Amino acid sequence: MTHPNMLEIRDLHVYFRGYEGVSRVLDGISLNVGRGERVGLAGETGCGKTVTMKTVMGVLKIPPAMVPHGEVILDGQNVLEMSAKQLLQIKGTRISMIFQDPMNALNPVFMVGEQLYDVIRFAQGDSGTGRKRFGTEIHDRAIAALEEVRLPDPERILRSYPLELSGGMRQRVLIAMALVNGPSFLIADEPQTALDVTIGAQILDLLSELVRTKGISVLLITHNLGVIQETTERVYVMYAGQIAETTPTPVLFKNPKHPYSQGLLASVPRLTGGEIAEGIRGTVPDYTVAPSGCRFHPRCDYVMSICSQRKPPSFPVEPDHYVGCWLYGKEGGSK
Amino acid sequence: MKFTYFFTRRLFHSILVLVGLSILIFIIARILPGDPARLALGPFASKENVAHLRHEMGMDKPLHLQYVAYIKGIFHGDLGLSFQTRRSVSLDIAHYLPATIELVMASIVWVLVIGVPFGVLAGRYKDSWLDNLSRVVAFIGVAVPPFVVGLMGQLIFSYGLGILPTTGRLSLLMPPPPTRTGFLIVDSLIAGNFTALGDAFVHILLPSFAIAMTGIGQIARLTRGSVSDVLGKDYIEAARAFGIPDRYVTFKYMLKPSFIAPLTILGLTFASELGNAFLVETVFGWPGMAKYGIRAILRKDFNAIMGIVLIIGLAFVVVNFIVDVLAGYVDPRIRIREEE
Repeated sequence: MTHPNMLEIRDLHVYFRGYEGVSRVLDGISLNVGRGERVGLAGETGCGKTVTMKTVMGVLKIPPAMVPHGEVILDGQNVLEMSAKQLLQIKGTRISMIFQDPMNALNPVFMVGEQLYDVIRFAQGDSGTGRKRFGTEIHDRAIAALEEVRLPDPERILRSYPLELSGGMRQRVLIAMALVNGPSFLIADEPQTALDVTIGAQILDLLSELVRTKGISVLLITHNLGVIQETTERVYVMYAGQIAETTPTPVLFKNPKHPYSQGLLASVPRLTGGEIAEGIRGTVPDYTVAPSGCRFHPRCDYVMSICSQRKPPSFPVEPDHYVGCWLYGKEGGSK
Repeated sequence: MKFTYFFTRRLFHSILVLVGLSILIFIIARILPGDPARLALGPFASKENVAHLRHEMGMDKPLHLQYVAYIKGIFHGDLGLSFQTRRSVSLDIAHYLPATIELVMASIVWVLVIGVPFGVLAGRYKDSWLDNLSRVVAFIGVAVPPFVVGLMGQLIFSYGLGILPTTGRLSLLMPPPPTRTGFLIVDSLIAGNFTALGDAFVHILLPSFAIAMTGIGQIARLTRGSVSDVLGKDYIEAARAFGIPDRYVTFKYMLKPSFIAPLTILGLTFASELGNAFLVETVFGWPGMAKYGIRAILRKDFNAIMGIVLIIGLAFVVVNFIVDVLAGYVDPRIRIREEE
């Protein structure tokens, strides 16, 4: 049975128990990634992007984390209910990820080849038909994987230690590792931020091209709106553990509806000049005493009495365009 | 190719350290107040006799010529005569040193067998009861002097429980195995004498543990920190995300990088254990360098002092060389960076 969506997150709550009390980091987020779709998840630092990613990858540490409510359906199966063994089976072969900092995502004391071989050797997906792979086959696949990410002289790369490679090369190696076992879903966590702008752009181009030709669904997590604009078809704007707005990517840049999205876009500096944007007043809230209702209300210019009382549902404003803001509820306020 | 370069470079460094050490101890031994010839002959010897001995020992020559003569001697295995035993210092050292080295090696084994696994588990299961236990053990190990640990051990295991011997390397009635290396455990193994092996083994347990306490604490804490550091790294999460099983990640991808820091400290641990061995040997009546060395210092037997310091320095340099090479072998960052 193929599920229509690659990934469906339904009303996910993730809390952390700490010394200061319970941090309610994710406050009921819902998110879909269709098959072959490239979706962005945008938000500022500390808004819960990484927690979302870790929950999907099944690497969230419970405790201290708790998931009091919600589902993460990956390809028809709830990740949160999977056993460790089931999780292991899908990692690498059905779901994989690209890390933010290629300098730290490769083990410094093993050669690239050894790490890549292990990734290939332990693939346990349905494509592997359960049979053990042997030396030359692993080697050939490793070489092919490195060629695919356009690394010159793959034989030499296999025998190199990570510190002998540049940041861009390391990120290419990591992309090769993430894709070598043919996953159908990929999470990319700011794959370009740790790199020089030009190298980062090359990596993004390569990644977009590979996922497009292979038909891989992608969830791209970033705070960089430019990256969202260039690489995704649809975008979720996240604020403090709530989804503020969902829309096809071009619409967000032309016609943002949520006050937070509007503030976010206004704060991007522009080459065409003009004043440096003022940004959004205030800061991301403390999750142990998160604002009630819509978590953005203390910073919002259009705040109404209902905003602090009830969390807004997602109101459709256009097909495929949903906004979690009371301004668009019922009769709909004018902006 | 890369490794050979790293290896020879480190070897060169070690030799340099030894040359520096020999110059230093030579000068210190010569500028210490007091006339060794007078000390050796006693207060009633005539001036002529003292002058004669000074000449015999070459002490009337300029300092740099004395040094050259000394170094020449070293290469022939000649460290000069000891005034107190009237024997060649190299013979004396060959007689006393193996007992001390065996003791320190045994304590290194304690450190590796207890300290490292303890640290790994404490780091892997941070803030568990095991971690807290390791913290307590480490504090005790660092705070309590080794000779006190030794005395407590004697009280509990020898006088109290009567299961371990109090002093010495072997029981009085145990005939020692023929001397090959001077290490009793090795010698009895070579001779196939397993009763002597067992006897030597129970004798070394307490003193080596007393020396090891500090090292166990330090290495356990260091390993713990290293492991918990590595566990927080992206590459561990990445290996898991790419579908490598947890156990495999722990044993391969976590352990190897975690061992680098403790490994580099192991050389220093060895040095401090050599120092501790002097006190512990006295407590346990261990026939090692301690007795010989302390008497040499008190009597200003400077050929013996120089010989002992040189040999201990040599042991220290050799151990650190081994540790450095091992660290370079484990960690490519160490050996590759040195080339640039």
